[in-house]
Formats: sequence, C-alpha cells, structure tokens
Amino acid sequence: MEKLKKLFSPFSVVPLAGWLLGGFSAVLMEYYLGDLISYYLYLPKIPVLFGTLIMLKKPLLIPSALAYDLIVYIVPIFLVARLTAPLTNGLAALLERMPLWLATLIHLAAFYGVLSTWAGISDYRVLVVKLTMISVILTLSLNVINGYQGEFSCSHPGFMALGAYASSILTLLLFANDKMFGAPLLNPALGPYLFPLVLVFGGAVAALGSLIVAIPSFRTRGDYLAIISLAFLFIVKSAIENLEIFGGPRGMSSQPNYATLPVVFSWMALCIWVVHNFTTSVLGKALNAVRDNEPAANSMTVNTRKTKMTAFMFGAFWAGVAGGLFAHVLRYVNPGTFGLNKLAEILAMVYFGGLNSIYGSIVGALSISVLSEALRPLELFKWIIIPLILILVMIYRPHGLISFTELNVKGLIRPRNKARQEGGE
Amino acid sequence: MAPLLNVAHMTHFFGGLRAVSDFNLTIEPGEIKGLIGPNGAGKTTVFNLITGVYTPTEGTVELEGKNIKGLETHVIAGMGLGRTFQNLALWRHMNVLDHIRLAHYSQLTYGLFGAFFGTPKCRREEEQVVDNSFKLLKLFDIEQFAMHNIGNLPYGAQRRVEMARAMATDPKVLFLDEPTAGMTPDELIRMIAIIRQVHRDFGVAIFMIEHRMKFVMELCESIQTLVFGEVIAEGPPEEIQNNPEVIEAYLGKEDLH
Repeated sequence: MEKLKKLFSPFSVVPLAGWLLGGFSAVLMEYYLGDLISYYLYLPKIPVLFGTLIMLKKPLLIPSALAYDLIVYIVPIFLVARLTAPLTNGLAALLERMPLWLATLIHLAAFYGVLSTWAGISDYRVLVVKLTMISVILTLSLNVINGYQGEFSCSHPGFMALGAYASSILTLLLFANDKMFGAPLLNPALGPYLFPLVLVFGGAVAALGSLIVAIPSFRTRGDYLAIISLAFLFIVKSAIENLEIFGGPRGMSSQPNYATLPVVFSWMALCIWVVHNFTTSVLGKALNAVRDNEPAANSMTVNTRKTKMTAFMFGAFWAGVAGGLFAHVLRYVNPGTFGLNKLAEILAMVYFGGLNSIYGSIVGALSISVLSEALRPLELFKWIIIPLILILVMIYRPHGLISFTELNVKGLIRPRNKARQEGGE
Repeated sequence: MAPLLNVAHMTHFFGGLRAVSDFNLTIEPGEIKGLIGPNGAGKTTVFNLITGVYTPTEGTVELEGKNIKGLETHVIAGMGLGRTFQNLALWRHMNVLDHIRLAHYSQLTYGLFGAFFGTPKCRREEEQVVDNSFKLLKLFDIEQFAMHNIGNLPYGAQRRVEMARAMATDPKVLFLDEPTAGMTPDELIRMIAIIRQVHRDFGVAIFMIEHRMKFVMELCESIQTLVFGEVIAEGPPEEIQNNPEVIEAYLGKEDLH
C-alpha cells in the first residue's frame, strides 16, 4: 500500500483540469491512431470497452488488449496529466477566481468533450454511456429515498415505468406518426425543444404516483413500507401489462430519437446539481433528521409529513425523468423491463456506491453498469461475480464505498500545487 | 394578561389507565419551574402532552393565550415551545453544525423551489442560519466541534448540543427533560452555569424535570411533585424538600413499629 502511494505521489499535483486534458489526449489518440494501433496488436477492431469483451471471448488476445489499454489510455493520460500539471494548475487557479458556477460549467463542458469523443468511436459506446448516465440519475433519486430519507423503497422501477410511459405517450401523440395514436398533433420539428417539458411531465406523473407509497409512510417504516412499495411496483407493472391501448405486454415502440448524448448528459448534470442543492439545504437535512430520529425532528419544528412526502415525490420525479430518457434511448418500452431485475440492479448501485452521498451514487451507478456490460460475455457467471463483489463491499464497508459525504465541487476543481507549497514551507 | 404557558385541568388516559390527572401549570415569562417525582410518575408524559406528542384527553393547554392542544408537535415547537429529551435524541449521522442549522427549519421561507435551485433568497437565508448557528455554538462552547459527527463528542458536549439545538428553534418556553442525567459532578456544575446563562441571555422561561435536588434547589423558583399522575405538592424548593408527603413518595412511609 505504501509503495502504491509512492508510485502515485508525483500525480498528487495534477488538478482535475489536468486529468481532463490527459483524458482528452488519450481519446484523441484513439480517434486518430486507434485503428492503426489495434491493427499492429492483432486486434480485430478498436476494443469497445477497454478490451474486456475481447479478453473474455478470446483469452489469447488478453496481452494485446492490455497493451492497447496501456498505449492508448494509461500512458497518455498519466503522461500528459503530469507533464502539463504546471500549466493546468495555472489554469485551475485562473478558474478558481471565476464564479463557481462558471468554473463548474467549463469543467463539465471539457468532460463532455472527452466523453463524446470517446463514445464517438462506436454506437455501442454511445448506448453504454447513455444508459450509465441514466443509471446515475436513477441511483441518485433512489439514494434520496433510501439513503437520505432512510426508508427502504422498492418501487423505483414502478416510478420509472410511470415516467417512461407518460413521456412516451406524449411524444408519440404529439410528435410522431405512429400506428397507435396516428398522425402527430404538433409539428415534429418542435419535438426536441419540447422534449424537456415532456420529461418533466413524465417525472410529475411518477411523483404523483409516489403519493401511494408516501402517504402510508407517515405511519409505517422499515419492512412494512418495503412491502407496500413492492406492492406498488407490481400494481404499476400489471396495470400496464393489462392496458391494451398502451400496447399491453408488447409495449410501445418507435419513440422519436430525442434522447441524444448531450441531452442525457445535461439531464444528468442537472439532476446532480439539484440533488446537491436540495440535500445540503436545511430542508434537505430534514430528511436525515427524520431518518435518524423522527420525534426529535418533530420537536425541532420539522414538518415530518411534508418532509417524507417531499423525499418520495422528489425521488420519484427523477426516476420518472430517468424512465423517460430510458424509453427514448432504447426507443422501445415494455412492462417487463420494470420488474424485480431492474429493482435489484438499482438497489445494488445505491448500496454498492454508498448511502447518503452523491459521489457514492455516481461511483455505484458507473461501476455496476460498466461491470455488467464488461462481463456480458460471461453470461450466467456475470450474475455470480457481481453479487460476490457486492457481498465483499457489504462486509468491508457496510454503508457502501463512499457514504455520508457531501459533494464538494470547489475542492474537486482546485489547483493542486498550492497545498503542497504550504505544507513544505 | 394571560400567562406565557397555561395548562388547566389536563387529564390523560392510556386506554383505561389514568396517566395524568388534573394537572395544572402556569409559567410566566422568565420563570424557572421544576417537576420532580419518582420513576413512572408520568413526568415525561406531562412533557409529551404539553408539547403535542400526545393530545390530552381532557383539559386546556394555552401558549400566550392561544390554544395549542391538538396541534401537531412541529407546529407547537414552531410557536415557541422548545424541548430536550431524557435520553439524548440526536441525529447520529449528522455533524454538530447541521444539528443547529436544522432547528431553524420553521424560520425558513424560501420553500422547496428555492432549495432545489439554490435561489439567491435561499442562499441568503441559509447564510443567516449558519451565522446564527455559530453564535449558538459559541455560546454553548461547542464551536470547536462544529464539523464533527455528533457521535464523536463527549457526553457532556452532546447534552450541550441538544440544548443549543433547542435554543435554535427560538423558544419562549424551554422544556428540559432531565438535563443532568448521567452527568459527572463537573459536568453538572457546568450545566447549571449554562442554564443560568440561557435564562439570562435569552430571557426564556424554563420548565424542567430533574431528580437531583441540588440542581433543582439551585435553579428553580417553584417545584411541583408528581406521584402516579397527580400533583401532591407544589411550592418553593425548601418547602418541597421538607414536605412529609414528598418524602414518603420518594422513600416510603416511616415504619413506626
């Protein structure tokens, strides 16, 4: 462990901007030289997910895939990040003097640049990135209910289904020529601009539906509320299965392609921002107080009923938005998607990443989504390996990898050379 | 003028059990009153009835002339009735500053929209809350723990956090449920000083449950003794201490044989 720390110590001076620059140079290299490098390494084509799929399918190509990762990602990222550290630290210092929101937006734009260039190599990557970002929204929203508010809600796929169906119905009705609803009611050219409103509508429907779980939560907690919420999930699922006008078990398809990479990315960023604002405000801290000791919260003037309702409706809203995005990414929804498997997946992301933490939700959603994509060739064994990892995390970190921490944007983007100077002098 | 807090003929049944019967209490602004009684006498029930955790079966409860019987606990707390708990009721995953911040809940006006989008109004109010919280932390001498998780604090400091939290709700009457339970003699002396200070600086009226006679004698102007839900004696501390009925309730009847 000490040796590892020593190995990474030269990189402690690299600010976030430096890592972004390193990442950018790596994806640029892949963009221009990826084909050439993979040709010389006897790889059939550019490995889509860091070579994991190739490694698992053809073990003989493991060295080539590892070499590819080393040449294309690891070496350029670390080299560029370290070599440009003086430059990027200057940049970070400059950004630090700007208002926080502007500096954050610049970093986000840079990150989006890296991400979209990386994803641009193949459609598969675009899909994985989109679904991962939707998972981040889902995980965050469930974390509001299960982590911050401390209930055990199992109805998240139900909220997601409500949002997915509500927004799909709206887009199909308004902007698409579709066999179910006929000619579009509005000019389809307006679609992409009105899509945010459609998603908000989907979220609002999910939030309304969440009242069915929120109101019993005034009186029950723990296991019993979990059962109520599970019942809600099944009600939603079987209701949709039996509504023939919305396609019944066959589902709905041919949603317009509105959920592009920038759209999903912006919604994820918006979600993180709003959840951060809410959970750091006093109104959001009330969620924690209700979780940790409800009578005390009540005696400290906290309206506990309103707080519980807010937590459920807020979480359900974002689940609905995520559902809407999900439906428009796959351009197909059916009730089968929103079953117990989905629930297990979201719960795993929340508890793996860490309760009561935005970092945790991002890490959880990212690792479980990428892991389940990367291990896809293993088929059945995937469902042995992922739960095993989960069990190990639960043994060593019972609250998840990164729990009970607040997002600190200022700390993330600060220049890294100053702290060392102050420490050294 | 109506007294600050007026409880008249308050009676409460748990099923068929009469837990409190015909309890009367008036507290004037700035007064310190005590409630003593053996275990199971119903002292905490009296607290819970007045603060709205339970609604009394009979009787009236008025704060500044306004009826508060039957209102929800958080509404009563917002109207100016702060309290602490017998067994510390702190939020175990929160840091000290957040405890104090949260107690300002009812004083905020920015609403959920403000909280979601961090509007300027929200930020302004939140800053005020933080400023006020630090003032309270300083007053109770727990400023150095502001960013610590509550569980890492020594017991006495946790008690002080609870007091500071109750004061952050801006109460007119403060209910203290055994403020010195489990304290060392040193911490006890410190607690007396803190309660005196709160009383002086905020001009708040105090109603406390307490077992230690030394503590009660030191602070209270008047004491009620509750036995099996009934007040058997009421008066200044010296009088109560020598009241034969009170002694009997605590120690049992003197055996004359």
